[in-house]
Amino acid sequence: MSLPEVVFLLLSAVVIASAVLAVGSRQLVHAALWLVVTLGGVAGCFVLMTAELLAWVQVLVYVGAVVVLVVFALMLTRSPTGARSAEVTANRPMAAVLGLAASLGIGATVITGFRGVRITGARPGTAESIGDALFTHWVLGFEVLSVVLLAALIAAIVLSRSGSER
Amino acid sequence: MPLLYPLLLSAALFGIGLYGVLARRNAVLVLVGIELMLNAVNLQLVAYDAWFAETLHTGQVLTLFVIALAAAEIGLGLAIVLAMFRATGTIDVDTVEREVEA
Repeated sequence: MSLPEVVFLLLSAVVIASAVLAVGSRQLVHAALWLVVTLGGVAGCFVLMTAELLAWVQVLVYVGAVVVLVVFALMLTRSPTGARSAEVTANRPMAAVLGLAASLGIGATVITGFRGVRITGARPGTAESIGDALFTHWVLGFEVLSVVLLAALIAAIVLSRSGSER
Repeated sequence: MPLLYPLLLSAALFGIGLYGVLARRNAVLVLVGIELMLNAVNLQLVAYDAWFAETLHTGQVLTLFVIALAAAEIGLGLAIVLAMFRATGTIDVDTVEREVEA
């Protein structure tokens, strides 16, 4: 077993443990902060799979922006931040069963489909190669995405202003 | 590296995210669960791209798109949650329906 594989398995353990804490922690702010660890661990996994540009995008967008948004939303909605503040619904056992079923289903599918296949990392996802692909073959999708982002931006402004006039 | 490592990690992450979406009462933490599920999808896409290794970089470009869409989604989702909080005074997904009816 090579060094990247060992590091990947360690990172996987960190990602899974912190994800469990992010959805299971009893304190709201702790849950949001465990999300940072999970997303950072996924960024590390991206590096080990030779996707270095995506790892940085993940750190910038997710760890930088999304988590800050989540913490801001927790603050603005005056969520209780003490111990046992993050309650769970009554259908928690059902949710656990469904989550487990989804994991086992996807896991069984990928094991049957891709057992013994290895990642070679022949084409690393550097900024240069991703940029080449993005701006030659994927330009249309890129432009459509910018329109979607603009629409989402305007919608978020409208939504957050509409209540305050009354 | 075996392709199964990232795929199995992604399967576990998706299940955990689904549990979070279904079990949390706080609407903001429901969105956190959705982010975990989207990250599971990203892991799969990057893993397939690293395995397939073609010049188009389909998997990684699609991952970029998913990340951008996820950012738009969480921005809009939190705006909706805040609007819901202003309208009903709560973001508890169990009780908000009763608050609206009352």
